[in-house]
Amino acid sequence: MSFWTRHHIFEKNSIVLIVGILAVIAIGGLVEITPLFYLKSTIEVVDGVRPYTPLELTGRNIYVREGCYLCHSQMIRPLRDEVERYGHFSLAAESMYDHPFQWGSKRTGPDLARVGAKYSDDWHVTHLTNPRAIVPQSVMPGYPFLAQTEVDTDTIADHLRTNRTVGVPYSDDQIANAAADLRAQADPDNPGVDAFTKRYPKAVARNFDGKPGVPTEMDALIAYLQMLGTLVDFKLYNEKANLR
Amino acid sequence: MSQAPNSKSMTTGESGLALLFIVTAFLCMIGAAKALDTAFAFHASLSAAASLAAVFVILNRYFDRAATLPPQEINGRPNYNMGPVKFAAVISVFWGIAGFTVGLLIASQLAWPALNFDLPWTSFGRLRPLHTSAVIFAFGGNVLIATSFYVVQKTSRVRLAGDLAPWFVVVGYNFFILIAGTGYLLGVTQSKEYAEPEWYADLWLTIVWVTYLLVFLMTLVKRKEPHIFVANWFYLAFIVTIAVLHLGNNPALPVSVFSSKSYIAWGGVQDAMFQWWYGHNAVGFFLTAGFLAIMYYFIPKRAERPIYSYRLSIIHFWALIFLYIWAGPHHLHYTALPDWAQTLGMTFSIMLWMPSWGGMINGLMTLSGAWDKLRTDPVLRMLVVSVAFYGMSTFEGPMMSIKVVNSLSHYTDWTIGHVHSGALGWVGFVSFGALYCMVPWLWDRKGLYSLKLVNWHFWIATIGIVLYISAMWVSGILQGLMWRAYTSLGFLEYSFIETVEAMHPFYIIRAAGGALFLIGSLIMAYNLWMTVRAGEAEVQSPVALQPAE
Repeated sequence: MSFWTRHHIFEKNSIVLIVGILAVIAIGGLVEITPLFYLKSTIEVVDGVRPYTPLELTGRNIYVREGCYLCHSQMIRPLRDEVERYGHFSLAAESMYDHPFQWGSKRTGPDLARVGAKYSDDWHVTHLTNPRAIVPQSVMPGYPFLAQTEVDTDTIADHLRTNRTVGVPYSDDQIANAAADLRAQADPDNPGVDAFTKRYPKAVARNFDGKPGVPTEMDALIAYLQMLGTLVDFKLYNEKANLR
Repeated sequence: MSQAPNSKSMTTGESGLALLFIVTAFLCMIGAAKALDTAFAFHASLSAAASLAAVFVILNRYFDRAATLPPQEINGRPNYNMGPVKFAAVISVFWGIAGFTVGLLIASQLAWPALNFDLPWTSFGRLRPLHTSAVIFAFGGNVLIATSFYVVQKTSRVRLAGDLAPWFVVVGYNFFILIAGTGYLLGVTQSKEYAEPEWYADLWLTIVWVTYLLVFLMTLVKRKEPHIFVANWFYLAFIVTIAVLHLGNNPALPVSVFSSKSYIAWGGVQDAMFQWWYGHNAVGFFLTAGFLAIMYYFIPKRAERPIYSYRLSIIHFWALIFLYIWAGPHHLHYTALPDWAQTLGMTFSIMLWMPSWGGMINGLMTLSGAWDKLRTDPVLRMLVVSVAFYGMSTFEGPMMSIKVVNSLSHYTDWTIGHVHSGALGWVGFVSFGALYCMVPWLWDRKGLYSLKLVNWHFWIATIGIVLYISAMWVSGILQGLMWRAYTSLGFLEYSFIETVEAMHPFYIIRAAGGALFLIGSLIMAYNLWMTVRAGEAEVQSPVALQPAE
């Protein structure tokens, strides 16, 4: 009986009740979230993961803006069929520079974690413009407007700087040359290409949308899609080294 | 404020808030002028206009009102403040219909992709957050605000705390919805599911939500009843926890104070954990604890029976809020989230089954001795069936959180079906039931315009839900099995697109179910409208209550 009467302290005092609620709901979150910031095993040590190039980051922002993550995951689970269908299961390290993460929760379309270099740029241009031109049974919306929208290069340095503040290791050099790098990556004839590839190892400069002139949103989105999952070389990846 | 009988002056609240809105309008105009993108310019202009309108409304209200503020009591009876409750109740019906309509549209887009029209603002990716926010936050949120302000006054037997504050909460909250919704259409999103609004909308919501908490808490503090009624524990847990979750999940750094784009403070795996800690507890505290409060007030009231067990409600309350917080990682099974976190999430999700069913039993058994009313009162039937759906989806949820089940169900329509059995069956029906109860009470009507129409609503919506969730069970399990099917030679049997093609008939059935649910809500809107307009007035109690505002 005493237990039930003791509960009156919560029922008769709104401040005690609110403090009780806060204490009870704090525990689970603290236990599950805080260790992720200090346990070394949370994020694997791998070679190759680098921050996004300015053009890729722009493309990623278009991916976010159009809600692509609502139908496409970027998280391959270590299950036999998924590894065979999509490639090596995703590592935490591969999304460590992602603000926000794009793991997704639904596969109305296939996983995109390793879609990079799977299809040609042409394929992506046609598919994004009218998915049913290439895949008749597809239910994906068409995005013809991307090819007609120019990318804003004025603010890109601010985007990199903001990313650095939240923890992405962009260098001063990368921030200072953000706008030039953005233009260089979408134009292989640009004189800045060499400096760009030095700043972003393994990044590719191509005319992604196949059209001459200023970079479009189509360039940016395809640049992003074509690099997804290509940064880590799994032939060299040592899984055992990460058992810490 | 003590005032001389005949001199009328502005309260600090009125003058302070008016001043604050003048400053806000000015800042928003600067924002609109210096905006880096059109969406930000649009939202800043909208906010400037809304701030000026708020100043006008505050002044206008001041000039129209009596010299003294409405009394706390009239002839010894509490002078309830029902204006904000009525506002939230009416607008919740509007948002509900809007949200169900967008839901029907996006369901149809998945069956017939031509409906995307290849335009940015009509494509699935932008409309889907519009649908989820409209039904969860606009419809559900307004129902929660309306019922919580109603219940806390009635069960504390005092007038709602604050004079302008309750109005600030209901109008400010709906302005947040407007900013969020128009933002999605313009491509303004931070892509965190159920927390898509960008930084400035998040800041505004924080202000509104803290005011909401204060109004609710201060009303409890001045209550005339010795005990805080059980429904209010749940409302309080809902309000406080949503505040904590909102702050934890949304810290973001804008690219510029004149830009709609921000980058979230958390990255990768930590961001994923924060997101689903938030995401699952938006379900746990917004869609469960809040609506359980509705259950604990409206079912006993409608059935005219006491709550089945007081002790069960104590255990239910503390166990539910303690366990729910842990369940988030079950959204991240087999991902790059560390295994220990996944296992914790699964374990607590399974344990969560117990308090969930404890709550269901407490709600259902309240009908003891009044089961016959299910035959005669379709409103009570709606409330009781909502609790049955709650029981069903809180069994399905723990089951799907088991890793081996989740390996099949995750990424498929099974999840969508599970969510909708909870959203349509539990949240939808308990909200409809509460609105059917509350509207006649608020507008002093003897009863609803038509119980027969409630009956139609109930059956049409129920058939809609059954079509929806069974279509999603079949399509989800089918697609999950097709993805992992192997031929006898050991090759994957189906290409991805074959599994998409197989979904088509189920997407049509799902859209049909959604259409029925929408038709039901239109019937409700008509019925409620006629209740307010043409319903028979309740014979007034000897002491006439003063109109709220």
